[in-house]
Amino acid sequence: MRNFPLPPWSGLIDSRERGGGPARGELKIMGYTIAEKILAEKSGVEAKAGHLVVADIDVIMAHDSLGPMALEALAEMGDIAIPHPERICFMNDHLVPAPARNYAQLQKQMRDFARQWGIRQHAVGEGICHQLLVEKEVRPGQIAIGTDSHTCMAGALNAFATGVGSTDVAAAMATGQLWFKVPETIKILLQGTLPPGVFAKDLILFLIGKLTEDGANYQAVELTGETISSLSMGSRFTICNMGIEMGAKAAIMEADEATRRWLSKNGTPGPVKPVKPDANAIYSRTLEYQVSKLEPQIAKPHKVDNTVPLKEAAGTPIHEVVIGTCTNGRLEDLETAAAILKGRRIAPDMRLIVIPASRTILLEAMEQGVMRTLVQAGAMVLAPGCGPCVGVHGGVPADGENVLSTANRNFKGRMGNPNANIFLGSPAAAAAAALEGKIVDPRKYLG
Amino acid sequence: MDLKGKAHKFEDDINTDYIMSSRHRTQTLDYTQLAKHLMEDIRPGFYSSVQAGDFIVAGKNFGCGSSREYAPKIIKAGGISAILAKTFARIFYRNAINLGLPLVECDTDQISEGDVLRVNLVRGEVFNETHGTSIQAQPMPEFMVTLLNEGGTANFIRRHGKFQVPKGKG
Repeated sequence: MRNFPLPPWSGLIDSRERGGGPARGELKIMGYTIAEKILAEKSGVEAKAGHLVVADIDVIMAHDSLGPMALEALAEMGDIAIPHPERICFMNDHLVPAPARNYAQLQKQMRDFARQWGIRQHAVGEGICHQLLVEKEVRPGQIAIGTDSHTCMAGALNAFATGVGSTDVAAAMATGQLWFKVPETIKILLQGTLPPGVFAKDLILFLIGKLTEDGANYQAVELTGETISSLSMGSRFTICNMGIEMGAKAAIMEADEATRRWLSKNGTPGPVKPVKPDANAIYSRTLEYQVSKLEPQIAKPHKVDNTVPLKEAAGTPIHEVVIGTCTNGRLEDLETAAAILKGRRIAPDMRLIVIPASRTILLEAMEQGVMRTLVQAGAMVLAPGCGPCVGVHGGVPADGENVLSTANRNFKGRMGNPNANIFLGSPAAAAAAALEGKIVDPRKYLG
Repeated sequence: MDLKGKAHKFEDDINTDYIMSSRHRTQTLDYTQLAKHLMEDIRPGFYSSVQAGDFIVAGKNFGCGSSREYAPKIIKAGGISAILAKTFARIFYRNAINLGLPLVECDTDQISEGDVLRVNLVRGEVFNETHGTSIQAQPMPEFMVTLLNEGGTANFIRRHGKFQVPKGKG
């Protein structure tokens, strides 16, 4: 009989996955990962990789696309009160402003439900759910769940943040809790600082190419090392956002001074109690990379792990460019694009779509003249939202066309046309492609 | 009780966009209607080829990508009785079990397009009637079987009010 790995929810840990060492808990000296510490704190029991635990959920997020299905599931759960409405937030980002009558109705249903139960509702136009989670909802040490796979972005704030489905969110709304299998953790240790013209997006595309699409399935990843310490919070969000593209349940970073500063200026202020991994924590794997010679990367169609150094895709014609989204819609991303586009004009017939991640970012970019530069260069600016990224609202490419997007997925049909191709790259690579109508190394535009 | 049906074979890494593109949801939100678009971007005409009770049989990492729960929901609405794959993406796994759609992890290389299969979920047995061979699958963990037997998570919460997982496992 073939020897298959244990099933994902077996509640048992396979010691082979940990190199055959002693199971944690047998020896007091064995340490814990960040994910294990947060899950233990929130479930009130020891949480070793492989355990099933029921944990209190601090932040329960539902958005306009999958939240209505959570309300359906909630109705199936019977006559249930919402015990902790203060832990719930509703977001409006997937189809905003509503492109069709059925979605307009769903958004109204969400608004009515929120009003009935006293649930926080972030209005249409406020921002993309992942950006609003970090700006307004999530704190270090918390557990956040959301009806969106990229909820892992909030792990950059030293939280256990994970995407789930609508029924899971409904169950958490009804009980304040959710069950988890405590994940194994892969430690990714990053040494060196990124060279000029190479960005967080290039780094995470490189890592996804290395780990592959399911390399971290069922597992958490801890991203650590001097590279992460040197990065802005915006860059850290880009990296954690794409943790799911290697299958990760959570992508977690430690909290440092940059985290504290960002939280007090841009996020939810308050004392920060960082959750650090123990020095002797047990990891399923430890991967170490030196990044100081990393080059710009591109993910080619139709898989995110189909990454190559940008130079190998150079010259590919590009007909549409998307800059922004939850993945790369921070001020620093828009500034990078503006630095390249300033005083220039995009290629003829190019569609350049810019989507800031939140209203706050849009306002900052307006105040600093970044938006003016982008629009003068030929950009169209959309309201903060997901529309083009998920192929439901604006920016659908034509048959045979190529898109270079700073978003997080390039699956066939993702942007609404299965006969188009999507390439993923940094905001710099995207801006350079918008100028030349083809994939080019953006470093020639960056002094 | 055994499930019996025909295998529809798919490759590795079938993501939620391939199961169904989001673009159809601006037209209708009716799951039965949406099911007609099942797998259409990668296999046009798939929905019409499914008979109630059939299986989707795939390689590794089935259901990767989005957390959209309508992916397993329309697979169920399309008449598929269970999905067999080498591995499943995590969020899809949760969503399917939550909805009461059984998943079987096994060596799917031993199954070909059109094979007639008999599946026993509790024992984790897959019998390939076309080839006359048996494949041992991982029996489902007790907690998952409980959720499936209760008709999914919504029914579980309605009956029990909260989650209880077996203590002391691990």
